[in-house]
Amino acid sequence: MSLLLILCFGISISFGSVNIPFSDTFNAIFGGEIQKESWSYIIKNYRIPKALTAILAGSGLALSGLLMQTLFRNPLAGPFVLGISSGASLGAAILIMGSSTLSGIVTFGIVNDVTLAIASSTGSFLVLLAVMIVATKVKDTMALLIIGLMFGSITAAIVSVLSYFTAAEQLQQYVYWSFGSVGNLTWKQLALLGSIICFGIILSIISIKSLNAFLLGENYARSLGVNIKKQRFIIILATGLLAGGITAFAGPIAFIGLAVPHLTRQIFDTTNHKIIIPAVVLYGAILMLVCDTIAQLPSSIYVLPINAITSIIGAPVVIWLLARKKKMIF
Amino acid sequence: MSNKEQQNIALEVTNLSIGYSTKKEQNVISKDINFALQQGELTAIVGINGIGKSTLLRTLGTLQPKLSGEIHINNISIERYKLVELASKISMVLTEPIATKNLTVFEVIALGRQPYTNWIGTLTESDKKKITEAISLVQLEELQHKKCYELSDGQLQKVMIARSLSQDTSIILLDEPTSHLDLYHKATILKLLKNIAHKTQKTILFTTHEIEVALQLCDKILILEKQNSNFGTPQKLIESNKFDTLFPKDTIVFDAANGSFKII
Repeated sequence: MSLLLILCFGISISFGSVNIPFSDTFNAIFGGEIQKESWSYIIKNYRIPKALTAILAGSGLALSGLLMQTLFRNPLAGPFVLGISSGASLGAAILIMGSSTLSGIVTFGIVNDVTLAIASSTGSFLVLLAVMIVATKVKDTMALLIIGLMFGSITAAIVSVLSYFTAAEQLQQYVYWSFGSVGNLTWKQLALLGSIICFGIILSIISIKSLNAFLLGENYARSLGVNIKKQRFIIILATGLLAGGITAFAGPIAFIGLAVPHLTRQIFDTTNHKIIIPAVVLYGAILMLVCDTIAQLPSSIYVLPINAITSIIGAPVVIWLLARKKKMIF
Repeated sequence: MSNKEQQNIALEVTNLSIGYSTKKEQNVISKDINFALQQGELTAIVGINGIGKSTLLRTLGTLQPKLSGEIHINNISIERYKLVELASKISMVLTEPIATKNLTVFEVIALGRQPYTNWIGTLTESDKKKITEAISLVQLEELQHKKCYELSDGQLQKVMIARSLSQDTSIILLDEPTSHLDLYHKATILKLLKNIAHKTQKTILFTTHEIEVALQLCDKILILEKQNSNFGTPQKLIESNKFDTLFPKDTIVFDAANGSFKII
């Protein structure tokens, strides 16, 4: 599976709007001679960061989906259900569209990648914080799930109100962000995203034992000596970091979080987190690279919105799983 | 109570009140509960619906806080145990279904070893031995690689009992282990529990509505009431007419001669 990941990584950086021969791609990575200086620049500063972003986004979203599904004992849970992604969207919407609405009072016309990332991570963390406060008071995980959905509805409503009052130009900018993109990240942003994802993965790994106990239900987990409140907090924090961080930098990317854990369970036929966590991380990365390569439309100058590609691949997968197994089990 | 019996007390409850408390008020379901369970005894909790059988079991398993009174395990107050320590003293079989049935029988039983495994849950040789022991005690050898969604209710109940056995605790609490089962499976499960209690010297406490079956199989019975619950051997409880007032007399009467209830 790791080999498959490396292969997909290779394919992903070999294709792009500019045709670069395979041999030169290879040389550019390993420091060999290449025909054109610009090719080297494209590969080093555009394609490799893009492929790495795809890997980080894919594995992070897939892992956060797995954590949600185990924590909420719900096969349909994912980062979107908790409202974390909607929180990020709200942050972005307020920055992009709110700045134009309030332009009479505040004049900051510079909406660049960095401020956008800051705004959306702030949004996702605010929602996460609200969900966590509720989580300490509400014991029922089903109620928490519904609260997450309500947060999603509220943010969606605010976004539509904002877009009603927004100039076409800003609206277009927001719509572009909501398409999702794993491109355009600088090495600095990539390092930040990478460390967020790594922290999330470490939190998940130390929770493996409790996650397995959660498979029996919370009361059984408690009778096995698991500190439910503490573990729930750690798992929610990990999910928030993974999903929030990725949405901030790559926009909302649908279905990876929901579909990858199910696909992985199909392949490995186990729910043991010791196996399923590394598998989901690898599998999410591979699927995201494939989606990104398709979105790139090799050799053409068009780049399709990645959110559309993941939905086109992800939605039928979920339907197929439902139809085949009648009842989705996790 | 003789000195020897005093030493073998696994679980002792004194003046316990159970129920639910909110910020404004306390909703007491049952109070003044007193009993002491010996090692190697099978005990049933009986009582009418809503009297708090499950609440008592959940309180003993610390899934919910008690209102007042004392619970002692091996003569040490239950509050002085850490969560993990408690997990090696008390195991539970609950009425709620397990969250995912996409686990094999072996995996579910292996999860019972969690209080003893390392941070990532690796099973050592001794863990595996305990799991195999639990599987053979409940006779699940042929089913151990099946997924839980392939099992019948009776088989699943046995798996959950095996899981609590692999947790290797001196006390096992079961909430209605025989509901949804036919008479044959009810008897099988209860005989199995009795066998385990006597063979392994574990203290087993379960709730049930099958008073007639419990009378025949259990060492002790706790008749849970709103207050002043009665506890003792089936024989003594029948002799002192404790079952006569369990149900309203205009519908059901107890026949002490053959230990059964009659509808009028």
